[in-house]
Amino acid sequence: MPELKPLYDAVVNGNAKASQAITQEALAQGIDPLTLVNEYMVPAMDEVGRRFEANEYFVPELLIAARAMKASLDIIRPLLTARGDQPAGRVAIGTVKGDLHDIGKNLVGSLLEGGGFEVIDLGVNVAPEKFIETVREKGANIIAMSALLTTTMPAMKTTIEALKQAGIRQQVKVLIGGAPITQKYADEIGADGYSENAVGAVALAKKAVAAA
Amino acid sequence: MHSTIAQLLARGPVVTDGAWGTQLQARGLGLGEFPDLWNLAHPEKVQEVAKAYVDAGSRVILTNTFGANRIRLAEQGAVDRLVEINTRGVEISRAAAVGRSQVFASIGPSGKILMTGDITADELRTAYSEQAKALADAGADALVVETMSDLEEALLAVSAARETGLPVVACMVFDSGKDKDRTMMGNTPEQVARALVDGGADVIGANCGQGVAGFVPICKRLHAATDRPIWAKANAGLPELLDGKTVYRNTPEEFVSFVPELIKAGASFVGGCCGTSPAFVAAISRQISS
Repeated sequence: MPELKPLYDAVVNGNAKASQAITQEALAQGIDPLTLVNEYMVPAMDEVGRRFEANEYFVPELLIAARAMKASLDIIRPLLTARGDQPAGRVAIGTVKGDLHDIGKNLVGSLLEGGGFEVIDLGVNVAPEKFIETVREKGANIIAMSALLTTTMPAMKTTIEALKQAGIRQQVKVLIGGAPITQKYADEIGADGYSENAVGAVALAKKAVAAA
Repeated sequence: MHSTIAQLLARGPVVTDGAWGTQLQARGLGLGEFPDLWNLAHPEKVQEVAKAYVDAGSRVILTNTFGANRIRLAEQGAVDRLVEINTRGVEISRAAAVGRSQVFASIGPSGKILMTGDITADELRTAYSEQAKALADAGADALVVETMSDLEEALLAVSAARETGLPVVACMVFDSGKDKDRTMMGNTPEQVARALVDGGADVIGANCGQGVAGFVPICKRLHAATDRPIWAKANAGLPELLDGKTVYRNTPEEFVSFVPELIKAGASFVGGCCGTSPAFVAAISRQISS
């Protein structure tokens, strides 16, 4: 087995070229793609998250690490799909109806992709019906909603109600975030989870699919 | 120092304005409705907000043009009305100011991230040049590049704003890191101050992101890093939802209790951001003149 620590380093340092090259070489030598993901890339993203929490990394470092992870996953994903392995989860992400602020949502989307999730980006101002449609037609098992304004926060509750009405609330985990959101609010409206930052959102999504 | 800025500061610290979005909502702006479009649809309502700030004592008022760049307007299908929206924005504030206040025109962020390739530097440069020119042609006294999270984007906007020859204020959001003293991209007040000054901003500062208490140390650090005047517009604390209603923790009185410290820390332009209202501006104005 070749030395794969450089793959871990490439992801932590956000070196997409290196992570892709090492991945290709490792696959050519017959290493199982899941070994690459689970033993090197996922721990690397965990380390990136730790550095973010410790104020050693900020958003740019997160983004380039997620990009390096994705560069490798782009090669690995088709192999996994071909043999029937599913992605960690399929996330429908968007800002809620009435909210046009998408930086936070975009950041969480990038990191979720880096974390091995398939991300269906529904954009901004997403109506509850759109989330429902994505669950039904594309098989999303996580809904990630963002709101930056207190005035648009209630749309999260409306969306959860709509999921219940549609009879698909049990099929999905609902995760929420955004500047005015708190754990208390998440509990009040019956969301499955809340994170105050993008790194936490990935951990939350992983927990949510593990519990499903 | 630019003469417009020097003249304003000759009379001591300058009171700016407060939030516009919440004021427009109080006058009927709907959820998800794009505020800038009201410059055309409901100019009288926009002017009411501007006038409320002028009456409250704002020596500088902004314009309802925060999102009137082609990137944001494209999401509204309103790019073809870009010049009109910006022009009306300046005219509305000017009409409310009637010689009592200066009109500093607002330029907000694109909402896209350069790093992820959402948008290119060239696209941003084009968008900001276009908006800055429209605002300058309409007769703005200065341009305010505000609520920026990414220093690189802020610098592109400052450079575009400078092409007009108007004085340029540039302020960023400090809301990240353990001590909430970094921008989203991780820059410190010192890094921001140096870069914005090198980029040619006449006034630098901070707005949005957190309540006024956190602005004191940030202003101090910005001030220590440059000889340019400092601009500070804090939120009225963080909003909370109580029984379905938006509640801000700070009252005008709580907010202004920090104003002396803010000025001591080096702030020359003081106003409010999210959650503040004409009542906050009136209180700041009383505090500064006392």
